[in-house]
Amino acid sequence: MNIMYLLIPIAIVFSGLAIWGFFWSVNTGQYDDLESPAHSILYDDDEHLIPDDAKPKPLKPQDKTE
Amino acid sequence: MNAQQEPGNNDQGCFHCGLDIPLHSNFITLIKGKAQRMCCPGCQAVAQAISDGGLENYYKHRTGETRSPEFTDLSIPEQLLAELALYDQASIQKAFVSESEDGIKQAALVIEGITCAACVWLLEHHISNLPGVTKASVNLTNHRAQLSWNNDEIQLSSILTSIYRIGYQGHPYHPDKEEQMLASETRKATRRLGIAGVFCMQVMMLAMALYAGKMQGIEDHLVNFIRWASFVLATPVVIYSARPFFSAAIRDIKTGHLTMDVPVSLAVGGAYLASIWATVTASGEVYYDSVTMFTFFLLIGRFLEMKARHRTGRAGNSLLNLLPASATLLKDGEELMVPATDLNIGDRILVKPGHTVPADGIILTGQSSIDESALTGEYLPVSKASGDSIVGGTCNVENPLQIEITQVGAATQLSAIVRLLERAHEDKPKAAQIADKLAGYFVAAVLLTALVVGITWWFIAPEHAFWITLSVLVVTCPCALSLATPTALTVATGTLRQNGLLITRGHVLESLAKATHIVFDKTGTLTEGNLSLKSVIPLGQSSYEQTLAIACALEAHSEHPIAKPFHTQAKLMEPVQASEITNHVGLGLEGQVNGLRYLIGKPAFASQHCSTTLSYDDAPDNHGQWLLLASDSEPVAWIGLSDAPRKQAKSTLNLLTRMGLQVEMLTGDSSAAVGHIAEELGIKNVISGVSPEQKLEHIQSLQANGARVIMVGDGINDIPVLAGAQTSIAMGSATDLAKTNADAVLISGELQRLPQALQLARKNQKIIRQNLGWAIFYNMIALPLAATGMIAPYMAAIGMSASSLVVVGNALRLSKLARTNRVESPDQSRKITTP
Repeated sequence: MNIMYLLIPIAIVFSGLAIWGFFWSVNTGQYDDLESPAHSILYDDDEHLIPDDAKPKPLKPQDKTE
Repeated sequence: MNAQQEPGNNDQGCFHCGLDIPLHSNFITLIKGKAQRMCCPGCQAVAQAISDGGLENYYKHRTGETRSPEFTDLSIPEQLLAELALYDQASIQKAFVSESEDGIKQAALVIEGITCAACVWLLEHHISNLPGVTKASVNLTNHRAQLSWNNDEIQLSSILTSIYRIGYQGHPYHPDKEEQMLASETRKATRRLGIAGVFCMQVMMLAMALYAGKMQGIEDHLVNFIRWASFVLATPVVIYSARPFFSAAIRDIKTGHLTMDVPVSLAVGGAYLASIWATVTASGEVYYDSVTMFTFFLLIGRFLEMKARHRTGRAGNSLLNLLPASATLLKDGEELMVPATDLNIGDRILVKPGHTVPADGIILTGQSSIDESALTGEYLPVSKASGDSIVGGTCNVENPLQIEITQVGAATQLSAIVRLLERAHEDKPKAAQIADKLAGYFVAAVLLTALVVGITWWFIAPEHAFWITLSVLVVTCPCALSLATPTALTVATGTLRQNGLLITRGHVLESLAKATHIVFDKTGTLTEGNLSLKSVIPLGQSSYEQTLAIACALEAHSEHPIAKPFHTQAKLMEPVQASEITNHVGLGLEGQVNGLRYLIGKPAFASQHCSTTLSYDDAPDNHGQWLLLASDSEPVAWIGLSDAPRKQAKSTLNLLTRMGLQVEMLTGDSSAAVGHIAEELGIKNVISGVSPEQKLEHIQSLQANGARVIMVGDGINDIPVLAGAQTSIAMGSATDLAKTNADAVLISGELQRLPQALQLARKNQKIIRQNLGWAIFYNMIALPLAATGMIAPYMAAIGMSASSLVVVGNALRLSKLARTNRVESPDQSRKITTP
């Protein structure tokens, strides 16, 4: 059971590190805007990164639903 | 070109802003190789700029509405360019720009026109693509942009211009004290919440070990060690996270009225100190888990409330935006562009048509109409000539004016209204006190019981007295008082927000439920706030369409608010051209249409060449605004304009009356239209022609007689009275300043949300009472057990959680609105068809 004497302080140190990281992120303004980052991941501005053969084929003109 | 026109579809409206596309227009932009129709050259230019930048994905991502750009020309007006160029001057930049050694400048901007996250994406990409810009990030919550750029490669004015080009407006942003305070408050609250969250979980984990150990057996030295570890973890929560409760409790005790902060602090502080005692002496019980969990839950509630409060909190800059950044100074016969802040009393300035007056002054030469809507909420401009005084922040409509400045800065009328507002805030009845009353009694009862229990046990068994008193406080406090009200309030606030009523102050739900009077402003609140064509009554042989076409042709080039409904109408009809148009200020317009001479405007003016001169007495009726259209020989038609009441105004007022409220209308307007609208909407109590001060006095006298008043308004002149009423609601279209100072904002401008909100507020009161009732019931059982020393910590924990679940579950019932009056289908009126 003596391992507890080691594990609990380690847990406390880890919590301390987590809090330090959290303070750092708050102070650098990462929590100032809680809305737009959630959306930004959905914006595909990475089209140039997709290999050409993996891109969906463009619709033929007669398939256009107008 | 033919192939490009094919996808255009009139039913869909403008691809960029969604407005109706005028019948005979052909504005097309290629977006991703596909031709899309636009409603005006402005939208076309903006869409082109977005497309040229390769940012078409904006149209795919956007979820909010896009506004039609401010300028309707392909190019940005020179005046604006000159104004923006002012921001390149070092003397002006020193107020908001910081520069690092390597020539990189940094500034914050306020961006207008942001509606959704796609706007942020568009702006960030568009600005970062400019050569010389090193960083651009836009905040969706407060519409601020952080820029850094290399001054050798790009000037601030060109960045601002390029923001205009994609349909937004950027202004330099000077953070004032209040803004900085809000920002640091948010960060502090986030840090407090984070600390409480992380450590609460750690402490809970250790507490589990203690509970399990109690049942299964655990070595004493380990118990002590875990207690010490819990102490280390819980200390930051109590000292840092829970500090707002302690300082609020000290303030409450000083001012002598009890709020929930007092027992919360007593429980947190007492349990924490007791746990330390238990840890040091290795006796009794520890409550570290209760302390941290309790603090964490309470902080979540406060955090959400604070977020809602800050949402509209942009007070500092809204006033700044109203006053123009630059002015044209007349010095030795020359026109100089200067920053508005550099103006002095006695300076002569030139205000061109379409510009905002930079400071209070007296007109020296010129005659024009002044749009005072920002100040008074009235949409019709006031005619002014030399010798008349003019207020800063209002807008010149027709002709250039020379003005001598009489007041600048804090002495201007606009600032005077803000001061009136501050005074009204001080006089505001403290609704929060009412909210705390019930809780106050409860708190007193709990404290008294704890005291009695403590004293009793002191005589029976002094060694148990402290522990038992504490368990009484811990057992009764959390769910009984602290969860019952906030959960209900949080759920109800969220429900209302989804339905278009944004609540920004904590007391609103309570005061809505208890309101006895509801007072409306007229223009822009009960009415739409702009003129629309009501009727056309031809007098001669001309048909309805012919007369309307002539009127539209004459009004086509006027920027006067009266001309606006004609512009809308003109887009739906075959265009007719007018020539030789002359504008007679304050009277009307004159021009040639189809070779005939026509006049439109005030009856006496328009009929001056006719055989009989007509006046307003000859108009078909005496409400609304009547214009006479006449040729040079005979009157042609009466054209009626009016500010129509909002669609649901009447049914809403009926419903409010049936709910037992006194409905009143309070307006600065003194024209006949007031009586007409009151009659149409069935309002009996009408007070018209009053100044902002008199409005405030009226509300205060109502309140002095015991009334609880809800005020609904929109203009800057409504702000003092909004601040003075127990509950104030601003319309979504209101000025920013009005919105920030209101307790709630009706985002969609749909009046029928008000009775719904009232119903929900009343239901909310009922549920809070049920919750408190349950809490009392729970305490009736738990308290005697705790008082007799029969409750073990884990039993108290289970009891507490179960009781909390009941309270929260009950509060969740508020997440549904009563679906009684949701009938009106979406706006149909925008598609006016010619008969």
